[in-house]
Amino acid sequence: MTTWTSPAISSMRLERPRSLAHALDLLEADRGLTPMAGCTDLYVGIHFGSLKQRRFLDLQPLASLRKIQKRPDGTLVLGALVTYSQCLDSPLVARALPMLASAAKEIGGVQIRNRGTLGGNLGNASPAGDTLPVFLAADATVVLASARGVRRVPISQFFLGYRKTARRHNELITEIEVPPIAGKQWFRKVGTRAANAISKVVAAGVRGEGITFALGAVAPVAMRAYAAECALGSALPLSEAHRALRSEITPIDDLRSTAAYRARTACALLTQFWSETR
Amino acid sequence: MKLRINGTTFRVEAHPLERLLDVLRIQCKLTGTKEGCGEGECGACTVLLDGEPVNACLVPVAHAEGRSITTIEGLGGTEGSHPLQRSFVEQGAAQCGFCTPGMLISASVIPAGARREEIRCALAGNLCRCTGYSAVYRAVELARAKRARRRAR
Ligand SMILES: Cc1cc2nc3c(=O)[nH]c(=O)nc-3n(C[C@H](O)[C@H](O)[C@H](O)COP(=O)(O)OP(=O)(O)OC[C@H]3O[C@@H](n4cnc5c(N)ncnc54)[C@H](O)[C@@H]3O)c2cc1C
Ligand code: FES
Ligand code: FES
Repeated sequence: MTTWTSPAISSMRLERPRSLAHALDLLEADRGLTPMAGCTDLYVGIHFGSLKQRRFLDLQPLASLRKIQKRPDGTLVLGALVTYSQCLDSPLVARALPMLASAAKEIGGVQIRNRGTLGGNLGNASPAGDTLPVFLAADATVVLASARGVRRVPISQFFLGYRKTARRHNELITEIEVPPIAGKQWFRKVGTRAANAISKVVAAGVRGEGITFALGAVAPVAMRAYAAECALGSALPLSEAHRALRSEITPIDDLRSTAAYRARTACALLTQFWSETR
Repeated sequence: MKLRINGTTFRVEAHPLERLLDVLRIQCKLTGTKEGCGEGECGACTVLLDGEPVNACLVPVAHAEGRSITTIEGLGGTEGSHPLQRSFVEQGAAQCGFCTPGMLISASVIPAGARREEIRCALAGNLCRCTGYSAVYRAVELARAKRARRRAR
C-alpha cells in the first residue's frame, strides 16, 4: 500500500478528543486550534488554499453534541453537531421549529445535508448562512462551553461583524437553545436554483403575539429587522415597513447579486411574510 | 488505519486529514470515484458513509475510519450488473460518464417507487454537463419502479 500525503495537508494536525472535557482542555491550551465539524466549509477553504489554520480539533468524537432534545419547560435543545438531515428527520424539529426544517430542506444537496452541522453554520457565520435568520427569528440562545464554564449568548448578540462571532478561542458552541414559539413560523430562501445555491437573500419570521423578522445576505451579518418588525407591529401600512427595512439593511453588490436587487427582494420577502402568516 | 470499503478491509497509512477521495483513488486504487470540483458542488465524488451519500472531497479520512464506505466499485463495478447501471445504459443516461458513478451512488439510496420530484431532490447535489438530466431521471425512475414491482411480487 502506498503512502501519499498531499502537500496542503502534510503541515496540518488533527486532535481527536476523548470527551468534551478533553476537547475543552485542548482548546484552552492552544489558541490556534480550530474546531472541525462536518468540514463542508473548512474543506472548501483547504481546497482553495485560503485556510490559514493548521491545527484542528475534531468534534466528531463528541457524540453528546449530536442530540436533539426537548426540556420539560418546552425549550428545544439542538446539539452543535446536529446535521441538516437530522433536522429533517426529527419530529421534535417538525413540531417545535418547522422553519428550521424548511431551511434544512433547501440547504446544499443531500451530500451536504448529511454532513453540514448547525454549529458549523453558526461558527462559519457567513452572512448568507441559511439557519442564522431562523435562529434569530426564534430568539435562540447559543451555548458556549470552555474549560472555565458555560456561557449563554442570545443569538442577537452572537454575530459581531463579517464572519466574526462572540465565540472566544477557548470556547466551543455546544448547543443552541430555542424557547417555545407561539405563532406562525415562516422561512424563505431566494437563490439561483433550488439546491446547492448560496442564498441571495434569506429570511425567517414568526408572527404571533410578538413579531420577529430576520434576514441573511443583506448586511455583513445575519440580522433582525427590528425597525420593520416595529412598523408591522404598530399596524403601519406595508410601505412604511418597507421604508423601515430599507433603512436598516446594508446590502452589497457581489458575484451572486446586486445591492439594489437584494433590497427589493428583502422588501418582497417582508410582504410575503406578512401576507402568508395572516 | 483500517477502512471498511465495499465490505473489504483496507489497511492504509494516511494523514487523518487526507481527503477520503484521495485515499480511495490513490491509495486504494478505487478510481471509480471521480473528482470534479473538489469543493462539494458537483457530486462526482459521492460515496456512501454508513449508507448515506457524502462528498468524498469534503471528508477527512479520519471521519471514515470505523464506518462502512460504499463506492461505485461496491455497487456494480465495471460489469455494470446493478439494476441502476443497466437502466442508465438502456436509457442513455450516461454520455461522457464522468458524473455517472456519483449519480449511481446517490440514486442507490432512493427508495423503490420514488416519484420524479423525489428523484430530482435526491440528485440535486449531482451535476451533469452532458445529459440535461431527463435521461438520468428516467433511468432512475424506471429502475426504482421495477424494484417496487419486484418487491410487490
Ligand atoms: C456545495 C455546498 C453547498 C452549501 N449550501 C449551503 C446552503 O445552502 N446554506 C448554507 O447556509 N450553507 C451552505 N453551505 C455551507 C456549509 O455547508 C454550512 O455552513 C454548514 O452548516 C457548515 O457546517 P460544518 O459542520 O460542515 O462546518 P465546518 O466546515 O466543520 O466548520 C465551519 C466553521 O465553523 C466552526 N465550527 C464548527 N463547529 C463548531 C462548534 N461546535 N463550535 C465552534 N465552532 C465551530 C469551524 O471552526 C469553522 O470555522 C454549503 C457548502 C457547500 C460546500
Ligand atoms: S469533487 Fe466532490 S463534489 Fe465535486
Ligand atoms: S454524462 Fe457527462 S457529466 Fe454527466
